[in-house]
Amino acid sequence: MKRKLEEQFFKLLMILCTLSISGVLIMILWTITSKGAGSLTWDIVSKIPEGGFYIGKGGGILNAIIGSIYITIGATVFGLLISIPVVLYINVYAKKNSWLATTTRLTSDILFGLPSIVYGAFGFTIMIYFGLKTSLLAGTITVTLLVIPILVRAMDEVFRVVPEDIGNAVYSLGGTRWETSKILIRQCVPGIITAILLSFGRAIGDAACVLFTAGYTDSIPTSLDQPTATLPLAIFFQLSSPIEEVQNRAYAAALILTIIVLVISFTAKYFSKKLSKNKI
Amino acid sequence: MKNIRLTIDKITGNSFLVLTLLSTVTVVLIGVGLYYKSLPILQNSSLSSLLLSAEWKPFKSSFGFLAYIAGTLWVTAIAIIIALPISLLTAIYLSEYAHVKVKKVLLPPIDLLSGIPPVIYGVWGVLVIVPFVQEKLAIHFVEFSSGYSTLAGGIVLAIMIIPLIISILLEVFNTVPDGLREASLSVGATQWETIKHVVLKKSLPGILAAVVLAVSRAFGETIAVLMVCGNISEIPHSIFDPCYPLPALIANNYGEMLSVPMYESALMLAAFILFVIIFLFNTISRIILYRLEGRMN
Repeated sequence: MKRKLEEQFFKLLMILCTLSISGVLIMILWTITSKGAGSLTWDIVSKIPEGGFYIGKGGGILNAIIGSIYITIGATVFGLLISIPVVLYINVYAKKNSWLATTTRLTSDILFGLPSIVYGAFGFTIMIYFGLKTSLLAGTITVTLLVIPILVRAMDEVFRVVPEDIGNAVYSLGGTRWETSKILIRQCVPGIITAILLSFGRAIGDAACVLFTAGYTDSIPTSLDQPTATLPLAIFFQLSSPIEEVQNRAYAAALILTIIVLVISFTAKYFSKKLSKNKI
Repeated sequence: MKNIRLTIDKITGNSFLVLTLLSTVTVVLIGVGLYYKSLPILQNSSLSSLLLSAEWKPFKSSFGFLAYIAGTLWVTAIAIIIALPISLLTAIYLSEYAHVKVKKVLLPPIDLLSGIPPVIYGVWGVLVIVPFVQEKLAIHFVEFSSGYSTLAGGIVLAIMIIPLIISILLEVFNTVPDGLREASLSVGATQWETIKHVVLKKSLPGILAAVVLAVSRAFGETIAVLMVCGNISEIPHSIFDPCYPLPALIANNYGEMLSVPMYESALMLAAFILFVIIFLFNTISRIILYRLEGRMN
């Protein structure tokens, strides 16, 4: 009897914990939505800050939205150019479970665990070393470093479970490793898209990396060497203002960022579902 | 024709190898870069005086990290104490009890939670957790607290690391062979007894690895904690006191650091300390996890 009772008690506790996690998510989304919705106007998403913006006068945060999108797209493209070859090398070119492949996987796990403030500080170091100023370029390079391990890990997970038979079939027809790679990439497209979306979500929400390297400005950058505003920093800076109108705009910006991230998450879910359907 | 194909294969092979090596070397580069930047302050004062002094007066060139290290440790400890039991119970439920259909409903919220950007957690913390700590908790224990406190930082951080711990624990429980569970059930143990004596026991190294990974995530979290923990550079005496963790120190002073001598170097040393601790913690726990999953030869 006591055994059963103990089990019942812990089971109840477990269900409570599990439900409370969903509860917290709902609470966060509710807080952000209810606070942000009231201040979310068309002006905020379509205008850049006007004079007196930071004392509550007109304008919007289009500069931060565009800046975030520039940096995120740039970092993801650069990240893919590096991470796809890496994933192909450890899955197709190198021997299975070779020392190099294991080390690369381990390193990308470790790099994945490094906090973005460390990337930010390192990005700042590179920036000073090459004599750059806070700019779109420096921000993009730093965020690229941040997303490479995310991309490598996510894509590696997909490439690793592709049946070996596919590769063997290509080899038996006389195909080279490069030709095998091309076939495998086609096979893994949904997984690659999921990885891209993951990296997008992480890059657009990260503040600590761009704080040091991208700077902040009220205008939309027109070249790579200009400073760039980003959404997370727009939220952060405006929230610390004592003026209510400015704070309200921070809530609106938080709602915008949350919506972007949720859309990315759901799209990623959709593609990973598709992936598990295609599995042989 | 054949030659071209082989040449392409060779060129791609070599260039991919170079990129792979480069991506692996990045971790060394980050360490060396930060160390190089923190050299000036290390040559100026001894490491022990930097770590064990609580006097932070950049204009007098005295940089004592103790208050910041204490702040980081406090916030991390609170976060782990809150997050670990909740994540452990949730992970056991999802892996051992929950039906596949139930899992399909309960897993997505955890995924979504892990995708929410830190700054959003910060906003939520300012709006909900800070007033909650001030109005509901602190008044019972201390005379005054603004709510921007070590506890608020710990609570926000706990929610941020829960999805991470759960996802690792689920993978760890997955590596326990079903045969072991069945053997225990077949000799008359209840499911809970099986979990306690077989699953948890077998997963102990993995649970440890998950905790270490969560600690290192908590160490480095910047913006969300910075927004709710008060940022006063004193060693906190209670959980209702404000604190000032290392990452917050780096983030808050990046602007003015270039104008004061040694300041930049001191902040880079803070980043280097974070890097070293988190690098070591990550390496150890990942190796444990690789062993468990049989990925290490």
